Amino acid sequence: MIYEIAAYIAGVFLLIGALFSVVAAIGIVRLPDLYTRMHSASKVGTMGAGLSFLAIATIAFDGPLILRAIVGFTFLILTAPVSAHLLARAACLAGYKPDNLTELNDFAKDQ
Amino acid sequence: MNRAALASVLALIWASITGNFSLPNLILGGAISLLALWLVRKDVSSPHYFRKFRLAGSLTLLFFYELLLSASRVAILVLSPNLKEKLQPGIIAFPLTAKSDVEITLLANLITLTPGTLSVDVSPDKKKLYVHALSVPDKQALIDDIAKGFEAKIIEVFE
Repeated sequence: MIYEIAAYIAGVFLLIGALFSVVAAIGIVRLPDLYTRMHSASKVGTMGAGLSFLAIATIAFDGPLILRAIVGFTFLILTAPVSAHLLARAACLAGYKPDNLTELNDFAKDQ
Repeated sequence: MNRAALASVLALIWASITGNFSLPNLILGGAISLLALWLVRKDVSSPHYFRKFRLAGSLTLLFFYELLLSASRVAILVLSPNLKEKLQPGIIAFPLTAKSDVEITLLANLITLTPGTLSVDVSPDKKKLYVHALSVPDKQALIDDIAKGFEAKIIEVFE
């Protein structure tokens, strides 16, 4: 019984995770500049991959495997913002202009 | 003595006594050590330790909640047909109250994963954190939101 319930829960996690991943990809195409794109990649993308890890952890029934899935999830959450931040910072320092929609820019003002 | 070190030593003793060094058993030992330390908390530990543990727990919960909220909001925004009208991006300078590198790193990471915001850079004097936001209708409201939410909690855990 418990195996069936776990399988259904894992399936739901996997579906929602896949949905988030697709939306993250759509966001990268639709958003206007690098900074707004990083929002889509870092948040929605992390959520998608994270939910897939959770699905593995739910269905594994194997101590070390569950632990590895949780560790993978943790590292993903720790590292995704760092890469998004580094890309945004590099773009800022290289002088990449934000899209025209951007009204406030304290960074450019302070440089 | 550092309570975390004490708990680790107790967990190792537990593993040696039960003759099983597998990870689940070590975690069980750690949990029992924490429980034991909690029982004698008045004698061996300062009350702050367990309070901080709880605060760190509530910070983690808040973080997951915000991440879910943020991912859903960005997802809805991305899928809305009139995307360009809804966007009002901006880069704002957030005045930092947090001092240490660990606190600033944690705050920058949490900001990136919360609704509509992304950390871009820290000023060289560590006084300002530049934050990119998807929509900035009110700059001061956004700054207050971060200062009263995550930053206050982080400072509470690390002080």
